[in-house]
Amino acid sequence: MANSVNRAIAEPARHDEHHHEEHHDLEGLRMMGFWIFLITDCILFGTLFATYVVLSGSYAGGPAGAELFEMPGIIAETFILLTSSFTSGLAVLSMNRGDRKGLIGWLIVTVLLGAAFITLEVTEFMTLVHEGASISTSAFWSAFYTLVGTHGLHVSIGLVWMIAIMIQLGRHGINSVTRRKVNIVSLYWHFLDVVWIFVFTIVYMMGVM
Amino acid sequence: MAQQPAHDSHEAHGSLKSYVIGFVMSLVLTAIPLIVVLNDILDGTAAKVVLLGSAILQFVVQLVYFMHLKEEGKPRYNLMVLILGLIIVLTIVAGSIWIMTYNKVA
Repeated sequence: MANSVNRAIAEPARHDEHHHEEHHDLEGLRMMGFWIFLITDCILFGTLFATYVVLSGSYAGGPAGAELFEMPGIIAETFILLTSSFTSGLAVLSMNRGDRKGLIGWLIVTVLLGAAFITLEVTEFMTLVHEGASISTSAFWSAFYTLVGTHGLHVSIGLVWMIAIMIQLGRHGINSVTRRKVNIVSLYWHFLDVVWIFVFTIVYMMGVM
Repeated sequence: MAQQPAHDSHEAHGSLKSYVIGFVMSLVLTAIPLIVVLNDILDGTAAKVVLLGSAILQFVVQLVYFMHLKEEGKPRYNLMVLILGLIIVLTIVAGSIWIMTYNKVA
């Protein structure tokens, strides 16, 4: 990924060696740009986590998180997202072998698992609102819905994005552009799994402890 | 990876083995907090340490085995950006908690 960027910066003299490598270097630079975006997204989630932790006791007389969280659904969501992170990695492996069918197949599995995750999360939110914990109930629930909802929004965007990349792969096959796009979307997906680990630990596990 | 020829460094990011290792380690690191909390084996600070420790370890596992951070060539810009981001995140989170803990006047 970044190897190509580094080569471009460290050894500019090698450019004339392979003309097509400049194109690869540009793709590598784009990968690095996306990595920087992920880090800024990390900071966004950091502020939301800070808000959540600060407001974690502010129930305003309403229900507490621990009273309403239903762990079986949350545990299922966690393992589903973890498995989808793994299958998006398998998609990249298929791509590296030049196996387009395998690549699209694993992306479909990843999208289905992501959709299952979102379905469970929306069901959870609906149950919570039904039980009297909406986003306006208390500062705690505002922080909860903002943090978990922002993650859910990221996952939903990732689903649309993966479907778009599958359409591109169907049309153009595996080339240096679609290769970079698959690498980036899988990086994004792994990142969302990492964020979920912290949502799971700080919001749910520490909430019901 | 840096010493290998150009073609390999582009194509060979990760292997099935590294993904399987990462997946199994992530499963174990998710199961540990579940077992600890749902069976009330530990409580208080000890449980928090185990929970946060597992989460941070899993973060490292995914960075290494899924996101291939170790395979980056030198200079390691991705790692530098990551460290900068983590410093900012830690400052925001720890600073907010610290300030707000001693500010419950109202």
